[in-house]
This record gives sequence, C-alpha cells and structure tokens, in this order.
Amino acid sequence: MSATSRTDSVTPEHGAPAGVPHLDVDPFSTEFFEEPHPIHEALREAGPVVWLDKWGVYGVARYAEVHAVLNDPMTFCSSRGVGLSDFAKEKAWRPQSIILEADPPAHTRTRAVLNQILSATAMKPLRSHFTALAEAKADELLARGGFDAITDLAEAYPLSVFPDALGLKQEGRENLLPYASLVFNAFGPPNQLRQEAIERSAPHQAYVAEQCQRENLAPGGFGACIHARADAGDITHEEAPLLVRSLLSAGLDTTVYGIGAAVYCLARFPDQLAKLRSDPTLARNAFEEAIRFESPVQTFFRTTTREVELSGHRIGEGEKVLMFLGAANRDPRRWERADSYDITRRTTGHVGFGSGIHMCVGQLVARLEGEVMLAAIARKVGKIEITGPVKRRYNNTLRGLESLPITISPA
Amino acid sequence: MPSITFIHPDGRQQRIDASHGESAMQAATRQDVSGILAECGGSAMCATCHVYVDDDWLARLPAMGDDEDALLDGAAAERQANSRLSCQIKLGADLDGLVLRLPDRQT
Repeated sequence: MSATSRTDSVTPEHGAPAGVPHLDVDPFSTEFFEEPHPIHEALREAGPVVWLDKWGVYGVARYAEVHAVLNDPMTFCSSRGVGLSDFAKEKAWRPQSIILEADPPAHTRTRAVLNQILSATAMKPLRSHFTALAEAKADELLARGGFDAITDLAEAYPLSVFPDALGLKQEGRENLLPYASLVFNAFGPPNQLRQEAIERSAPHQAYVAEQCQRENLAPGGFGACIHARADAGDITHEEAPLLVRSLLSAGLDTTVYGIGAAVYCLARFPDQLAKLRSDPTLARNAFEEAIRFESPVQTFFRTTTREVELSGHRIGEGEKVLMFLGAANRDPRRWERADSYDITRRTTGHVGFGSGIHMCVGQLVARLEGEVMLAAIARKVGKIEITGPVKRRYNNTLRGLESLPITISPA
Repeated sequence: MPSITFIHPDGRQQRIDASHGESAMQAATRQDVSGILAECGGSAMCATCHVYVDDDWLARLPAMGDDEDALLDGAAAERQANSRLSCQIKLGADLDGLVLRLPDRQT
C-alpha cells in the first residue's frame, strides 16, 4: 500500500499492508472506552506493529515500540498533528499548537520556554500553598462523608489551584474543562464524540482565546511569565498567547483524570490505601503508579516523515502511527504483574506522561498536585468505600470516570 | 563492562555493572538503586536522578548542557559544585569505576 495513493487519511477502505497483522477493533468506540484491556492485550499479542482496519492506520501497543516511536521525533513527527487528522492533508480545527504539534528546531525554542516556567525550581514556591489547599479539601470532604470523587475531589482540587497558578480571572472558568475535553476529543477520528465536541465549542474557544491575552493574566502566574519571555525575545508576542493556550488545553483536565485515577485505585485496592496510610511519603509514587495503571492519556498519533523499518515492518512515508500508551504501560514484556496497582513499584519509564522531547511539560505540576492531594488523604482518611454506580466518561484520548460516589471516614 | 559505585547517604556502598552506552541513571534504575528516582525516565525533565560526582571523576565527565544546568537548580537536595544528573552521564570504558554519591532526597 503506497501512502501517496491515499487522498483522505480517514478513508477506511484501503487494506492492511502485506505481512502486518490487522485488527478490526475501534479504539475510539464505546466498547473500547468501557473495557480497553482485553483489546490492548490483543493488540500487543498480534505483533509489534499492527494495522487498524477501521481507520487505516498503523498501531503500536507494546512498550518497546511505543517508547521507540516517542523517542524518534524526526522520523515520527508531531507537526502533522498528534491526532488522526494529517495537517499535510487537512486543515487543523484550530491554529496548530506551536509546541505539541511542532518538530525540532521550531519545537526546541518554545519547549525551552515552557520547561523553565514549569521547572522544578518554579514548583518549590507553589508547594506549601498547594499542600494547604489539598489538606483543606480533605478536611471539607471528611466533614461531608459522602460525595462524588470526580466532581467534588478530582475536579475540585485542581480547579482550586491550577487556574490561580496560571493567573486566570475568576469569570468564565466553567469553560476550562469543556475546552480541554474538546481538545482531547479532537485528536480522535471524525466520530460522533469529536463532531459534537467541535460543534459545541465556539464559546469555549472564544473564552480561551481571550484568556491567552496578556491583559487578562495576573502578574506572577504561568501565563504572565510566558508573556514576559516574549519581552525577553525568547518567543514573539504572537507566539506567547499560543503557549498560554497550551497550558489551558493540557494543564487541567489531564490532572483531573490523574487524580481521579488515583482515588479510584485507592478505593478499589484497600491494601494499597493501608500501605499509603502507613507511609504517606509513598504519596508521590502512588500517584505515579495510578498514571501507569490507568493511563489517563491513552493514545497519541505520530506521522512518518520517511520510509522507516520498525521491528521488521516497513512503514511508508506519510503514515499515521497510533501509540497505545495505556497498553505499553501494562505490557508484561516490560512490567512485572503489570495488571496490579502497586504503590511501591518502581514506575520509572512508564509512558503515561509520554517520553522524549514531547514528554508532558507540565508533569511536575501534575505530580505536585497528585502528591499533595494523596498525602492529605494518607494522613487524614482511614477508609474509602464506593457507594454507588461508577460511571465512565467517554473521550477519544482521555480515560477516566464521569462519576465515582464514595464515602470516606477519618483515620 | 563499566562498573559504578553508588554511595548512599548512610555511607553504604553499592557497586553495579553497567552496559556500554547506557546512562548511570538507566543502570541504577535497572538494578534498583534506591535514591535514583528518575521520574521522567531520562527525558531531562525532572531532576530526580541527582548525584554528587566523586572529585576524581568530575573532570572526566562530558560537559554539562544548559538543560541539565537549569534542572539542577530545581533539585530537591542542595546543589553543589559536583552535582550532575545521572541520566546525562553516558557510560563507556573510560568511566569504569565511577563513584557517585546519592543525595538525601530527590523530591
């Protein structure tokens, strides 16, 4: 199959390339969202490289290949979009990201700016404030006893710290989660989820575009720091709002899903909650292991810039390759007892935040939020019980819950 | 095969063998040296594989890049003149016998 014969990257009728195992599963379907793990296993066991009939793309689900693709950004590029849509053939639904959807050398410059603004040094002054708000949240929820761990905890806590750290105004913050949900749905194929998200998106897009402007960002926040870097000449004044947009797109919802994943794990695995309670310094790793175990960001695409051989399979130029991060994070070739949530596991190398040059630039903010929230739970909460139906939320890229009713009791 | 000795904060010495071309961080995490967290897995993003390089070895290491320099400022334990990130120390025969001290904390 020649890549150049293709006129539309989502035309499903072209067949599997010779020798590449093909599967008719749809990783953007309700069935998959409900229970991806058996399908992940099928994808991993079919071979190191597979072909997905439904969308006409290559897929990699084993750890080694996912890691290899992530760490070869010049062959597997991001500038043609990290969703199914190929920007060389289709117009992006919004102006292209100058960091996520960029390759070196363009990526190097913008990434350096965000690396510094979200650096370990920048996290130090945030820690005590983030910790105090996490403890206040845990106290408030303990007083209530029963609540929804998604809306009242996983969403409420990041919403109480991140928009302020960014320097956003109070008004309009209700647009933040719908905007992020749109961004992550839009990486998927043109299915109903994506279409509906884009159709409803005008007010959310308008809000975000407005907040990216310098005059709307409070001094001292991440947003103002980005604009200051334009003054310093590291980026242009036209680029600054687009980098602020990247934080608004990727900085909140992902953390919500991460904290939701961690609470869901602790609720299901009381032995791990007990371990965490006996040693609250495990909080950071308990969050990290939840990222590995649940992989809130499930998938990303890359596009080949040339013909390449990957684990014995030839992939032509201009092909989309779908990386199953969640499958890689439970690949038994890489992880012992991959399907166990173990807060003492050495999680180094998981790809839940990606790997290589595009690895999540906000990972230290996410880890800080996750750590201090779980540490507060470790010190104050004795027991977590699920008290009602657990509902899943459907998104083309993110995996998490819509509702998790729980009760907690004091330690 | 180059060997590295890690010295833990309590003085305990741990010697491990590394493969040519891997980083000191990779060798340490592969062989479960506690005290090397490497949260970012070697993408030069997190400063949690911080080490203090024994003086005899410091000058023999490759020069520090700007990224590493900036990251070390954010390391949890005090930065010293001999601070490096172990993910940026690639091992070859010339570094056989390398001695690295571990800081008391990484986060």
